[in-house]
Amino acid sequence: MIKTCDVAIIGAGPAGANAGIMAASQGCRTIIIDEQAKAGGQIWRAKSAAIKSAPNTPETIDGDRLRASIDASNVTHIANARVWQIERELEKWVLRLIINGRSEKIVSKVLILATGAREYVQPTPGWTLPGVIGLAGATALIKQDLVIPGKKIVVSGTGPLIFYVASEIRRLGGEVSAIVTPNSPVDWMYAIPSMFSRPELLWRGFVWVADLLLSGTPIFWRNVIKQIDGETKVQSVTVSKVNNDWSPLDQKRLIEADSVCIGYGLQAATETSQLSGIDLKHQPELGGWVPEVWENGETAIDGLFVCGDGTGIRGAAAAEIHGKLVGLSAAEIITSNVNFPRSALLTSFRRASRFGMAMTALSIPRKGLQKLTTDKTIMCRCESLRRCDIEHQMEAGAATINAIKSGSRAGMGPCGGKYCQTAIAKLIAEKEHRTEAEIIPPTPRPPLRPVPASELSGEFEYTDLPIPKPAPL
Amino acid sequence: MTSAYDLAIVGGGIMGCSTALRLAENNMKTIVLDQGDLGQGASGVNAGTLSLQIKRVKLMPYALKGHREWEAMGEAVGFKKTGGYTLAFTEHEAELLHERQALKANAGAPIKFVSNNALRAAEQNLSHKILAASYCSEDGYANSSLTGQYYRVRLKQNEVEYREQCCVTLITRNNSCFELITTLGNIQAKRLLLSAGAWLKPIAAYLGVDLPVRARINTVSVTERMPHLLSSIVGHATGLLTIKQKTNGTILIGGGWQGRGTPEEGRGNVSANTLLPNLSLAQHVLPELANARVTRSWVGFEANVPDFYPLAGALPGIDNAFVLGCVRGGYTIGPYIGRLMGDFILGQEPELPLFDPGREFNEV
Repeated sequence: MIKTCDVAIIGAGPAGANAGIMAASQGCRTIIIDEQAKAGGQIWRAKSAAIKSAPNTPETIDGDRLRASIDASNVTHIANARVWQIERELEKWVLRLIINGRSEKIVSKVLILATGAREYVQPTPGWTLPGVIGLAGATALIKQDLVIPGKKIVVSGTGPLIFYVASEIRRLGGEVSAIVTPNSPVDWMYAIPSMFSRPELLWRGFVWVADLLLSGTPIFWRNVIKQIDGETKVQSVTVSKVNNDWSPLDQKRLIEADSVCIGYGLQAATETSQLSGIDLKHQPELGGWVPEVWENGETAIDGLFVCGDGTGIRGAAAAEIHGKLVGLSAAEIITSNVNFPRSALLTSFRRASRFGMAMTALSIPRKGLQKLTTDKTIMCRCESLRRCDIEHQMEAGAATINAIKSGSRAGMGPCGGKYCQTAIAKLIAEKEHRTEAEIIPPTPRPPLRPVPASELSGEFEYTDLPIPKPAPL
Repeated sequence: MTSAYDLAIVGGGIMGCSTALRLAENNMKTIVLDQGDLGQGASGVNAGTLSLQIKRVKLMPYALKGHREWEAMGEAVGFKKTGGYTLAFTEHEAELLHERQALKANAGAPIKFVSNNALRAAEQNLSHKILAASYCSEDGYANSSLTGQYYRVRLKQNEVEYREQCCVTLITRNNSCFELITTLGNIQAKRLLLSAGAWLKPIAAYLGVDLPVRARINTVSVTERMPHLLSSIVGHATGLLTIKQKTNGTILIGGGWQGRGTPEEGRGNVSANTLLPNLSLAQHVLPELANARVTRSWVGFEANVPDFYPLAGALPGIDNAFVLGCVRGGYTIGPYIGRLMGDFILGQEPELPLFDPGREFNEV
């Protein structure tokens, strides 16, 4: 089956869905492709059927509103679909995706990438123990299944997500043993003026923190988890104070816990951008490496746009508006009749960005966090490589992520380097006295996600294979 | 400015590095330059197949010597001598296989034909639709990902200088010396070896030499770790498939299916139009592959000239300049032909003849 359309969008989160609705409203034949069963992305992830009667939250309400808008639009939403390859052929975009165990093809004039963000976790002793999950991973469990990851949970990391996760755990009846964050109350005070750009979000954050304080949940400001202890699962965490660059200090404190939710900020998911041929640039204030994109979502490549957190971490509120703006930009390629006032959208996008970027600023890991990774800490989870294995490569002369990857297999496992590449880049920068901006991310390779060979090839007859003529004898 | 090197080598793949190591044995002051990392071009992204069954007849003596070199490099490059099968599924393929393998056996490769029963006893998981199979006990593979790290270590041990991320943007000649303008400063050298693989043509053009170099863009894929499925390397009668299971359980699938892109534009791209039949053919040969998840596919440029024989010798019309590349089966033959090139640059008679880059080229 080959589908054709004017605008194809990868990702049905706040950015992608709104881009699609907007493009379709301008008369474009629009397809949104998304991995999940329902639209909403990570932030507005839908409740699973099993928990339909669970009370609504701001996220489910926003998500339901978005899903209703998609249903009411002319957008074709392809759910449960994974794009594995993006190619440019004859001035068109050709997407290959897996739907129901088959590889299908979508051909579009314009492509919008709205693949959102992923989480950074600084490798820390014990972080691969069962019972440790990412903060963003925890939100997925909570939103989709009302499941919390344990009974006594330590929530740790940077930025606002820790307070959201902790208050959700409490709402669902879990015990938060402690909140551990290297941020200080002063960091937060500096962020408050920017947060007034979205007072309703500021108020929500205030309610989370107030709830936690009233419940007596210990909040360890200017602290990090230095080590997660346990033999076969989490038993406790060792917490340490940090200095200004977030280097852990010597005083230690032990907190009992059976699980840990941990995350040090979000980064743009750039794989689809890289595979489409967009250059990346390093912008720490947006979470690190981001694709080269103008504010209207345009890129240097014809018919290619990027929107939302995939362009840098500005948060869901900004992503929603950015999606609308970029949907309009994309529609202009297809039709000359785009008639929609943009200045109000642009103003609110910039306001929401100020809020989102203030949150990103709080979340960005500072240099000292790298000291959490010890010699024996696993850095590449897929291949079980420790920091000393990576350093061994560097001592033998490997000075780039690609060279380390070739020599050690770091990043060659099923995750394709998504978990380890940032930590390895930070390590190279530190050892070689260079900045992270000088450590170029590894070459992107398809498939974007691992795919069974049979799903890629489908059924075939041997005699139909287009075998070229053999090489010269 | 530093004093002139005896030799500057443009291109730090297997060809350039192995030549440098030969010259280091003779105390020639050599520097190796690469636009990226060492061994990260064709030398580092090919499927690592070391098979005499897919070598050209005329290159067989070089390939046999090449196998010895890889065996000696051993564990540091992930060398494994597994033996290899080449399979035919139709009458036509069987005929082709018999005809070709007879000539290759004649040229010195220990290739024999095996019965289906013998094949099945050795490799239970291969397709049952095989019509004919040849076997070569010399065949095996090495891990091409380790090429760069291997040569970095060897060059350092032999005190050969190298510079990575060093792009040569111009080459001029004055006072019997070459001056290389690079992104990491200027370099002077008395002699010059061009071993830049698919990028040979633009580099030679700096010296006004037009080499008829073109590039094929070969696709390779790898799966996640799988239970043991395959002991030997396996190929197809047409040469359009190689399969091997590495010791870590991953399965590597090659065969030279063509991706998209040119060396001038960058690193090239995988094309689904050729990747999918490549994976289908692999599953036809090894049905259990159906369940394996493909984690990564990539491409690499394989340089050639119209007659598909190497460029190995003096750069036509330029004294003290040499070129080495376009070796079909270059991964296998590279470490050996690099040694020969080193001998030639030293003014010694190579053990086997080189291939004059100034010859007439006829399309095959």
